[in-house]
Amino acid sequence: MTGIHWPTAVLVGGTVLLLWLGVALLQRSRRRGFISDTDRATYATLHTASLAARHLGDGLSPEAAERAGRHLLSILGAQAVSIAGPGSVLSWTGRGDHHRDLAVPLGEQTLGTGRTVAHRGDAVACEDLECPIRGAVTAPLATDDLVVGTLTAWTDRPSPGLTRATEEVAAWVSSQLALAELARTRNRVMEAELRALRAQISPHFIYNSLAAIASFVRTDPDRARELLLDFADFTRYALRTGGTFTTLAEELRNVERYLVLEQARFGDRLRVSLLVAPEVLPVTLPYLAVQPLVENAVRHGLASKEGIGHVSITATDLGSAAEIAIEDDGVGSEPERIRTILDGAHAHDSVGLGNVDARLRQVYGDEFGLTVDTAPGAGTRVSFRVPKFAPGVHTQD
Amino acid sequence: MSSPLSLAAVVAVCLTTLVVGGLGLRLSRRTSDFYVAGRTVSPRLNASAIGGEYLSAASFLGVAGLVYGAGIDMLWLPVGYTLGYLVLLVMVAAPMRRSGAYTLPDFAEARLGSRAVRLVSSVLVVAIGWLYLVPQFQGAGLTLTLVTGAPPWVGGFVVMVVIAAAVGAGGMRSITFVQAVQYWIKLTALAVPAFALLFLWFRAGHPAPVVPPDWHALLSRSGPDDHPVYRTVSVVLALCLGTMGLPHVLVRYYTNPDGVGARRTTVTVIALLGVFYLLPPVYAALGRVVYHELPDGVRSDSIVLRIPGELAGGLGGEVMTAMLAGGAFAAFLSTASGLAMSVTGVIDQEVLRPRFSRLSGGDAPGIRGFRYAAVLAVVLPYLLSRAIEPMGLATTVGLAFAVAAATFAPLIILGVWWPRLSVPGAMTGLLVGGVATVASLGVTMARGDLDGWAGALLANPALWAVPLAITSAVVVSLATPGRIPASTTRILVRLHTPERVALARSRLRD
Repeated sequence: MTGIHWPTAVLVGGTVLLLWLGVALLQRSRRRGFISDTDRATYATLHTASLAARHLGDGLSPEAAERAGRHLLSILGAQAVSIAGPGSVLSWTGRGDHHRDLAVPLGEQTLGTGRTVAHRGDAVACEDLECPIRGAVTAPLATDDLVVGTLTAWTDRPSPGLTRATEEVAAWVSSQLALAELARTRNRVMEAELRALRAQISPHFIYNSLAAIASFVRTDPDRARELLLDFADFTRYALRTGGTFTTLAEELRNVERYLVLEQARFGDRLRVSLLVAPEVLPVTLPYLAVQPLVENAVRHGLASKEGIGHVSITATDLGSAAEIAIEDDGVGSEPERIRTILDGAHAHDSVGLGNVDARLRQVYGDEFGLTVDTAPGAGTRVSFRVPKFAPGVHTQD
Repeated sequence: MSSPLSLAAVVAVCLTTLVVGGLGLRLSRRTSDFYVAGRTVSPRLNASAIGGEYLSAASFLGVAGLVYGAGIDMLWLPVGYTLGYLVLLVMVAAPMRRSGAYTLPDFAEARLGSRAVRLVSSVLVVAIGWLYLVPQFQGAGLTLTLVTGAPPWVGGFVVMVVIAAAVGAGGMRSITFVQAVQYWIKLTALAVPAFALLFLWFRAGHPAPVVPPDWHALLSRSGPDDHPVYRTVSVVLALCLGTMGLPHVLVRYYTNPDGVGARRTTVTVIALLGVFYLLPPVYAALGRVVYHELPDGVRSDSIVLRIPGELAGGLGGEVMTAMLAGGAFAAFLSTASGLAMSVTGVIDQEVLRPRFSRLSGGDAPGIRGFRYAAVLAVVLPYLLSRAIEPMGLATTVGLAFAVAAATFAPLIILGVWWPRLSVPGAMTGLLVGGVATVASLGVTMARGDLDGWAGALLANPALWAVPLAITSAVVVSLATPGRIPASTTRILVRLHTPERVALARSRLRD
């Protein structure tokens, strides 16, 4: 017989599997044997604490308190744990739910003094003889020396040990809340930074545009009017309040207005060429991401150069991303100088380069910053990539 | 049969694709005019591009072959291929565009904010892409064998190499215009010989097509493919709902500037496909005139390519065969490159790029991972196309549609229209639909001899798998109300707010 005898094969396979499982389990338990009880207790406590910390990362909300309470209860070993804010109970974990309303009045003293208080006897106990709750320890939760809530451990037999443990756990929770506060502050700082970064139209540009328009008012009033309208549209776009993002098409329209105004000043000295893949025009990007780069090319590349200067704007499709590059054949600059600009050292010298870089990195992550290729006398090429889709990036919000 | 003209046509099509891919021929001019540079792709051009990418080997050769072989029931196939866009138009085109998603996994992430759902969607995109690539390779093998006598593996191999090179070189990215031209090439390649052949047939005294008795009987075939009503309904459902889940279709919608553009594009696509699908039945009928029954060793998929030789002969016949062979190759290459591009993008983004950047500390040039991904994206389906028995091009494509219909269609429809969809619900829907369809297709491919209800249910799983997936997604969502993403309302408002309203709102804020 050449075929496989299936029952035997299954039997042998099953036995091998069982043996392997047994050996694996044995090894695991033996490996565990090298850990002392203290080690294990330390590990268990720290692990539970880290589980609780995960939920406290966003501050003290009812859901966070509810989720963290479970782990705090297992650390404290009490009958129940409650977390209360001023005037309301955020969560109750454990038995004796009917004591829930007591958590606020019991916490008042702690909220006022910031001290840990042990309650027992009539203040806590209820008529129900089966009820496991006979005492409670209330400890303060504080951030920046301000008591924001209380942590109460409910127990059947109050003890000094539990008081100390509750105090320590409350202190630990307080430090987690301080961390959450820190994270919130950091977010606020980032948002403020983004707001501050947004509308940086260079004052030079406003002055130069108005001067250029003024020069046309008598000789060519129609053109002056057109230019003023362009200027109005440009400022409306650049100073708008709603929305952080725009589409590449919209941004290019604004670059056009900007270049019309610059051409009023430079005349034929400024030549512009565009190579834009129509597929990437709907790409969403932070607004005023392209215009400052074009302005930089015009100002630093061409203004100090003799004769005609070329600026070229290209947008290429890279599949899941788009690449936008602005190139000029101007005087170029030392790579070292650009590096310090991107590091934020020369904030006033270069128009918007560091600003755009910072915003792109903030929105898309560090791998999406500006890339600058330049050398003295060799022109400058500034490019960046934008993913076609990034979570949370929309033109309408 | 070997004809130098046809070979020249095939070589010309392949070389053009390589040139477009290798040189990155963008066909967008350098200009100093912002008005020219800022013009978005018009709905009409984009619709032609979608048509060019969508009409694959199955449409070009497979539909005529199926109608020739199995009778007029198969006319439901082109109807289904087109209906898919109607469903797309009514239910998802505009909201999908407004979501800002570029790929299907992007949509999953934007709507549900879950990395896990994104990952499962990515796996499914790769699976559907591969399944859809298989018949393209088989069709290429078939065509090249017919026109040059080369062994069947050569044609698929040629297409694979051309696609890997063109996609890997990065040239297959912004080629909306090229794909749009492809549609018109395919239409011409199919229409001109069709009218010439019709003329010849008419001049020859318009002999009636000879058909077996149940060929033109509606939904009453018997034999191995029994339960024709179930099979037909299931196939049409798969095609209707599967279109929105095809990775290479959605990507093209990103090119539209807004939701209105997306709708206009879809309407035009329906018109273009409607025109194209008038032609395959003509070939099927002419085939019935020429061959009263299929000669031995001839696959019905090759019927389109054989008719001109039989009906016209001489130089005229050769020219027409060359046109059809070139058009067929254009069909394989455009569809396969679109699919390979999508699959490559997913493999690169989800699998290779994180690995590469970890290995090199973030310094790896992004293009290397992309090239590996491009090779990976085409080699596996090629091997698969050699390993499995050819089942008929349109049938294999139908399998890809069935998987897409049972996985992405529930995700997209519920995601766009149902605010109570939760993360576990969406996940369950994807997994249930995916496992159900892939498993039944696996069984069908492994042993194609099943008949009766088992065979019908497993070969055409859409009719039971789609409701199953939707039901499980709904039930799990209702059971886990806590896991509904917090951003649901905000996202749904964005998906369904017309751009003009959104624009007016943002003006008000100024």
